[in-house]
Amino acid sequence: MSLYVVQFLTGLANAASLFLAACGLSVIFGVTRIVNFAHGAFYMLGAYVAFSLTLRLEGVVGFWAGIFLAAIIVAAIGALLEMLLLRRIYQAPELFQLLATFGVTLMVQDIVHMIWGAQDLVGPRAPGLQGAVQVMGLPVPTYDILLIILGPLVLGALWLLMHRTRWGVLVRAATEDRDMVAALGVNQKWLFTGVFTLGIFLAAFGGALQIPRTAVNHLMDLSIIAEVFVVVVIGGLGSITGAFLAAVLIAELNAFGILVLPGISLVLMFLVMAVVLVLRPWGFLGKPVSTDAKTIGETTRPWHPWSPTMAVLVAASVLLAAALPAVLGPYGLSIGAQILIAVIFAMSLQFQMSTGGLDSFGHAAYFGLGAYGAAFAIQWFQLPMELALIVGPLAGLVGALVFGWFCVRLSGVYFAMLTLAFAQITWSIAFQWVEVTGGDNGILGVWPSEWASSPAAFYWLTLAAAVLTVLILRHLVFSPFGYRLRGVRDSSVRAESIGISRQRTQYVAFAISGTAAGLAGALFAFLKGSIFPDALAIPTSIDALVMVLLGGVATVSGSVVGAIVYTMATIWLMSETDLSRLVLGGFIVFLVVAFPQGIVGSLSSFTSGSLERWRGRREASRPVALSAEASR
Amino acid sequence: MSAAIKLDVGKLNSFYSPAQILFDVGFTVGSGEVVALLGRNGAGKSTTFKSLVGLVGRREGEIRFEGEEISRLPTYEIARRGLGYVPEDRRVFGELTVEENLEVGRQPPRDGVTTWTPERLYELFPNLAEMRKRPGGQMSGGEQQMLTISRTLMGNPSLVLLDEPSEGLAPKIIEQMADAILKMKKEGLGILLSEQNLHFARLISDRAYILEKGRIRFSGTIAELEANEAVRNQYLAV
Amino acid sequence: MSNAPLLEVENLSKSYGGVQAVSGVTFSLMPGEMLALIGPNGAGKSTCFNMVGGQIPSNEGRVRIFGRDVAGLSPRQIWRLGVGRTFQVAQVFKSMTVRENVEAVFASHQAGWGLLARAGKAHRAEAEAVLDLIGMADFADRPCADMAYGDVKRLELAMALANDPKLLLMDEPAAGMAPMERIELMALTARIAKERQIGVLFTEHDMDVVFAHADRIMVLNRGQLIAEGEPEAVRNDPQVRAVYLGEGLVYDQAAAAGKASVR
Repeated sequence: MSLYVVQFLTGLANAASLFLAACGLSVIFGVTRIVNFAHGAFYMLGAYVAFSLTLRLEGVVGFWAGIFLAAIIVAAIGALLEMLLLRRIYQAPELFQLLATFGVTLMVQDIVHMIWGAQDLVGPRAPGLQGAVQVMGLPVPTYDILLIILGPLVLGALWLLMHRTRWGVLVRAATEDRDMVAALGVNQKWLFTGVFTLGIFLAAFGGALQIPRTAVNHLMDLSIIAEVFVVVVIGGLGSITGAFLAAVLIAELNAFGILVLPGISLVLMFLVMAVVLVLRPWGFLGKPVSTDAKTIGETTRPWHPWSPTMAVLVAASVLLAAALPAVLGPYGLSIGAQILIAVIFAMSLQFQMSTGGLDSFGHAAYFGLGAYGAAFAIQWFQLPMELALIVGPLAGLVGALVFGWFCVRLSGVYFAMLTLAFAQITWSIAFQWVEVTGGDNGILGVWPSEWASSPAAFYWLTLAAAVLTVLILRHLVFSPFGYRLRGVRDSSVRAESIGISRQRTQYVAFAISGTAAGLAGALFAFLKGSIFPDALAIPTSIDALVMVLLGGVATVSGSVVGAIVYTMATIWLMSETDLSRLVLGGFIVFLVVAFPQGIVGSLSSFTSGSLERWRGRREASRPVALSAEASR
Repeated sequence: MSAAIKLDVGKLNSFYSPAQILFDVGFTVGSGEVVALLGRNGAGKSTTFKSLVGLVGRREGEIRFEGEEISRLPTYEIARRGLGYVPEDRRVFGELTVEENLEVGRQPPRDGVTTWTPERLYELFPNLAEMRKRPGGQMSGGEQQMLTISRTLMGNPSLVLLDEPSEGLAPKIIEQMADAILKMKKEGLGILLSEQNLHFARLISDRAYILEKGRIRFSGTIAELEANEAVRNQYLAV
Repeated sequence: MSNAPLLEVENLSKSYGGVQAVSGVTFSLMPGEMLALIGPNGAGKSTCFNMVGGQIPSNEGRVRIFGRDVAGLSPRQIWRLGVGRTFQVAQVFKSMTVRENVEAVFASHQAGWGLLARAGKAHRAEAEAVLDLIGMADFADRPCADMAYGDVKRLELAMALANDPKLLLMDEPAAGMAPMERIELMALTARIAKERQIGVLFTEHDMDVVFAHADRIMVLNRGQLIAEGEPEAVRNDPQVRAVYLGEGLVYDQAAAAGKASVR
């Protein structure tokens, strides 16, 4: 019994930092509508800076001054980031903002590596609080008791700030309608900066508070951000009290999950999130996010099938690609195959995002399932490659059918976060279920059949698969099903009232997309001859997103170009620099700021002028192309 | 007349890239004057208002408010100078109570203009007084319209832009709205309103401009508009 | 003209958390009839409307469309019975051309998954027939995003009519349109309704539109029907004037009276 009580108290103490980080994210989202992926990075920075400061500042005063100073310094960096980067992308679609802040996360990882090195760092214990209190005969660290008290205190202080001060009222008003607040004489620029700084302060404070409890390390950012996403989504985006309740729930779940189900506690957390979201799609205390949020695939230029000229150009490019084995060596061909696999993967996401309007942040799940599916077929069932290449996509399909069933109940940023959560579940299973998946050691020996084992043959195989995928997915865009899917994306209200089921249509699209991603994954396993959990990790999902973004989300198949450019660029980058994350992160940030419509999209917008979408078209009255007279 | 001119707009061009919405739009509003901006939907009325307060992508031209050029100022600066904006879709803060909505609009008193307090506004709109603690989202359309006007008045403006104040309201509420606007006029406020309901505009306005495809096609007093059936048929066609 | 009503609503009621939004509303609608539902904001018009359309389940009472009880049917199933719907803010597919918008309606009720065909070819003729009916055939290839709002509203009507419905539900059809466009749209609706014997139920705040086009008017206040009848009777009803119409300063008296006297 006493063990449970102590475990419960540990859970509450863990909840404190989680709550601080989560409510920071929630407050920032509420006002700026930005889901700040970099929140974890600032949490980690808070811990590192606090580590350095508390080493130099001594005594009780010194320790706490160090903690606070760390939070303030990091908050100042956050303010700078807001002014330099975020102010430029407030009008961008949510997914672009997620991407940009993910880019910042990558950059921070390399920066932290440069300043503090690779090893884990153990900070000082809090002076005066090193001891333990006896609770039912078992020791509970005094520091934990402090954290348990701190959580509700911060919650209360934030509530007072938001409800009893003019600044708080303005923040809540801006949460609903920023332009209106400006039209009432409030300088919302500084309001945003203030809110972002407050949110980052809370995250950094949460990170700094951890140094007496755990070693400061490089994985803090991504591990906290996944938990924070879960907390915020369960609690309800924008709700501080909701974040508190959810933080306690998740922290307790972890505390007891380790007792009950060691190894798969992470799965437990994400499962709870999935269940909560199905029962309460906007979390405990959240409100439906306004539907005027820009869908990423939104376009005002009608799509058309390829013109005869375009079809000839495409056919010529395919023939050219097919002739490449005549000039390229084995290394070049393996890169070629890798690019073609990326094309399939990117196209599968583009179908879901551009045509379906479903912004997935966890597309790696289906890629990885395809890869593991093919690897299992080889390793456990000794199937030939031909069959494994069917099993892989089927695994992607099954995964998409299972996860999609939950996901299509949501939309917008909640959908994105839920897809991310499912991808993390699959990753943690691949990582933790060592007996089946080999865990970190992966599965080796996934080799192609005899006939496809030469670099040229395998290249041709992937080329055929890529061409087929692109053609099929393009055909679907212009099929009756594609009309329904685009209809649902444009106006689900209208779609429902002409007999189209939003959920069913999107579910089918999700499944098709997952199957195609599975094909990419299966080919990838055969290309590499092995598969590791990395294939399921967040960066894989990001790769796909960047490829679609590069190619242009408002296009039918621009991601083909995006995939080619991005894959070549990253391969080149890896060979040129040790700071690949810094450069890649900077590249992603640059991309979002400079080419919000991607390469193909930006090119076509020169002729169509669809750039207006980027500049807040929601407010725009339509150009009156036809007057009432003309239309009669 | 010219001494009392509050707002003087000349050659205003506005764009939602790449489309130009307004073409050389010019008009004036004096203090204590109610001016109606009439025209079809899509004629550019809302864009004109948003241009005045800096809420469109790009605008060019002269906007002189109380003698100062404001066309390069950010939205909040324009509001602080006393140019109040009431948007067409009301945009009350649904989660905030009536009192909090008013608080967001509060600005320091300004010389030579009526200073509004919540109490004075409750006199203007007695319905609001009964629901001070009610969230804006739980009010009817008419009540929201009263709140959004009150909220803008809390900034003690000397001129108010009312975008389609009668849209979607019951005739009886529209009549109340007309009363309130005439009371605001008595306080010396200049009012520029955009309207589709000509009956309503006639009740309260002194002068009118007609906007069509982003250009001013008519300007004159309400009496002149009444007399000019050709113009009404061509641009308003009631 | 057939004498069986298209739509019969009996004792329809709905409450939210103890607040009675709609109580005991009863009415029916005949083929070819234009029936207006008016009332102050918050009177329960939308709730009533959405219960007929299947968006909101009722607590009590019955809705019968073409004699069939539609309790428990989704908006999609009600659409399949032959019910078209337009919205206060026009809902169209803005990434498509005008013709594709109408084609999408046909694509929606094609049997099967619709994965194999090419939609643009399959439904072209049908779509153009509908656009012809609504007078938009010349704009078939225009991107929807380039259309003036009045034309978007017309397109929405075309989409609602594409299914050849017998009952049309229109939520504030005139909202957001210029006066002349309002008249045009409603005249068009009335003409098609008469020709095809479609029953039209609509809510509206613009009294000019209501008095000019409604055959019958129902007035809702605090969830209850307080008046029902021909336009002139409703216009002169003292209770309706008190809660809704006011002194009649802000709508066209002459037109309203003129229409009434013609009858």
